Amino acid sequence: MLVHSRTARRAVHTLFLVLFLPVFALPLVVIAAASFATAWSGALPSGPTLTHYQDIVRGDAPRALLTSVLTALAAGLAALTLGTWAALAAERLPRRARRLLDGLFLLPVAVPSVVVGLALLVAFSRPPFLLNGTPQIVITAHTVLVTAFAYQSVTAALARLDPAYEQSAAGLGARPAYVLWRVKLPLLLPSLTAAAGLCFALSMGELSATVMLYPPDWMPLPVQIFAATDRGALFAGAALAVALMGTTLLVLLAVSRLRTRATYR
Amino acid sequence: MRAPAAPATARPAAPAAEPGRPASGIRFDDVSVAYGRHGEHTVLDSFDLTVEPGEVMALLGPSGSGKTTALRAVAGFVRPARGRVLIGGRDVTGLPPYRRGIGMVVQQYALFPHMKVSENVAFGLKAQKTPRAEIPGRVAEALEMTGMAAYAGRQPRELSGGQQQRVALARALAIRPGVLLLDEPLSALDAQLRSGMLAELARLHRELPDVSILYVTHDQIEALTLADRIAVLESARLRDCGTPQDLYRRPRTAFTASFIGTANLLPVTVRADGTGVDLGGRLLTVPVAEGVARGSGATLCVRPHLVGLGDGGATGNTLPGTVTEVQWRGATHRLYVSVDGHRVMADVRELRTPPTPGDTVTVHFAPEDAVLVPGGLTGDGDHHG
Repeated sequence: MLVHSRTARRAVHTLFLVLFLPVFALPLVVIAAASFATAWSGALPSGPTLTHYQDIVRGDAPRALLTSVLTALAAGLAALTLGTWAALAAERLPRRARRLLDGLFLLPVAVPSVVVGLALLVAFSRPPFLLNGTPQIVITAHTVLVTAFAYQSVTAALARLDPAYEQSAAGLGARPAYVLWRVKLPLLLPSLTAAAGLCFALSMGELSATVMLYPPDWMPLPVQIFAATDRGALFAGAALAVALMGTTLLVLLAVSRLRTRATYR
Repeated sequence: MRAPAAPATARPAAPAAEPGRPASGIRFDDVSVAYGRHGEHTVLDSFDLTVEPGEVMALLGPSGSGKTTALRAVAGFVRPARGRVLIGGRDVTGLPPYRRGIGMVVQQYALFPHMKVSENVAFGLKAQKTPRAEIPGRVAEALEMTGMAAYAGRQPRELSGGQQQRVALARALAIRPGVLLLDEPLSALDAQLRSGMLAELARLHRELPDVSILYVTHDQIEALTLADRIAVLESARLRDCGTPQDLYRRPRTAFTASFIGTANLLPVTVRADGTGVDLGGRLLTVPVAEGVARGSGATLCVRPHLVGLGDGGATGNTLPGTVTEVQWRGATHRLYVSVDGHRVMADVRELRTPPTPGDTVTVHFAPEDAVLVPGGLTGDGDHHG
């Protein structure tokens, strides 16, 4: 504890809330409020209504939400697989090669995602790599963007893993594949689920690369939110945003339940 | 200077394992291990040692002496830059750890936290594709042997340090290895548990007489209690090797003498006539072995409990000195006596009226209780190769 006295601690907590709430939490509350409004001219939105939600259910929003979830699941799974595989392989590399690999995975995060989207569009618009206009190009873009996070969190978890587990297992006669499957991956499971959740959430909210790439029949929800607010339908957009937020939180909650069950310490 | 410590390479190598029996016996054949990009940090240097089938060999040395590296070379976790490692007469130098047929217990046990005790013990059996029907029996047997049968269904985190230790042993023994590697297995336990586990390990070894045990420790008591022979390592080299009694009574280097038990180490010069040594002008009668060069510097080693208070008579060596410190140790008194500036410790039966610091006393020791080791006290020379 850095702060000992009770009043001082309370003051620090208050300061934290004053700084944290307006920036992190309140905007989300405002969106939720706006999604039920018909007008907003005063300090608070007015004319409470459920029309926006009714419109969502009737329109093509459910389809867009499904598109988003499917994209995020596919991209998250691919990113987790690739990231874990790469992190496991990187462990054995000499230091310099390892740095190079770290940099390679970080590249799509360092580059603006609009650029990543455009790059993929240009690269995969001609045979033999013709992905333009397919859902796959959206999923590929998301995978490229989020793999870095999976790679990094698995790398960090591997660094924390006591090599004595792996060595004991090998000493007991277990082949590397058996050690990986029965010892290393189970011990990494909490980090793997955390990484999966992170990748899923990032993919659910991805917009800038997606707008460069999405085909008409594979429009993720963020694009629709952007379109709605762009044409001035702010409250409808807010309702869509709430739907996106709610779905993402639900999936993360499910993942975190899985995580607590997998945690053994 | 006499070559020390015949590291027992002259002995016949362990016979190759018969089918159906695990390979036992370990041989280090001129093993060197180095780290760094160009192998500039040598952590084990030209190591030669043979552990017979069924023998308990302790690798004893301070941290950084290379003892753990030697064990890891047997396990296959480090690759020697030079030399060969043989298990049961088979060259395993190039084999991965999982093909060496060893059992190993590491310092922190490394029980798999996501498996029950019984699953931990079954791990090696499953990994080696032991017939499924055999596994429960073998697990029960190993847990029985270490007294952990009642804990089969527990999670490792629910066990105390000593219990985890036993499970780790059971896990290593379940695969019926010919060679058991123990890397400071008791260092994480408190003193009382440690002596209990020592007795337990001795019993286990009696029950498994064919298993060779390589036991790495920095604790001389563990080595003296458990080992058939002790290999003393210092600065990446083997300094001495012999039975505990041999090393204690007849250390071949000053380092061994000071590392195993307590010793008075006095810098002396061997007299030209070979009848004794010269301690700063004082003549002492001690046996001088054939190989010790006359007229050269050497170290005289006398155990404190073999130093008596008073005059040694006609045959003994008598040294006058000044008491600098007196420690009461229950059954004994330890006196620190300064003899011409050299510190001499004497452990004597508890005295009714012990001397006090500043008193002038004489101490004595019998010639046959002193051991002459070659070399000076610091940087004890090139004893090995």
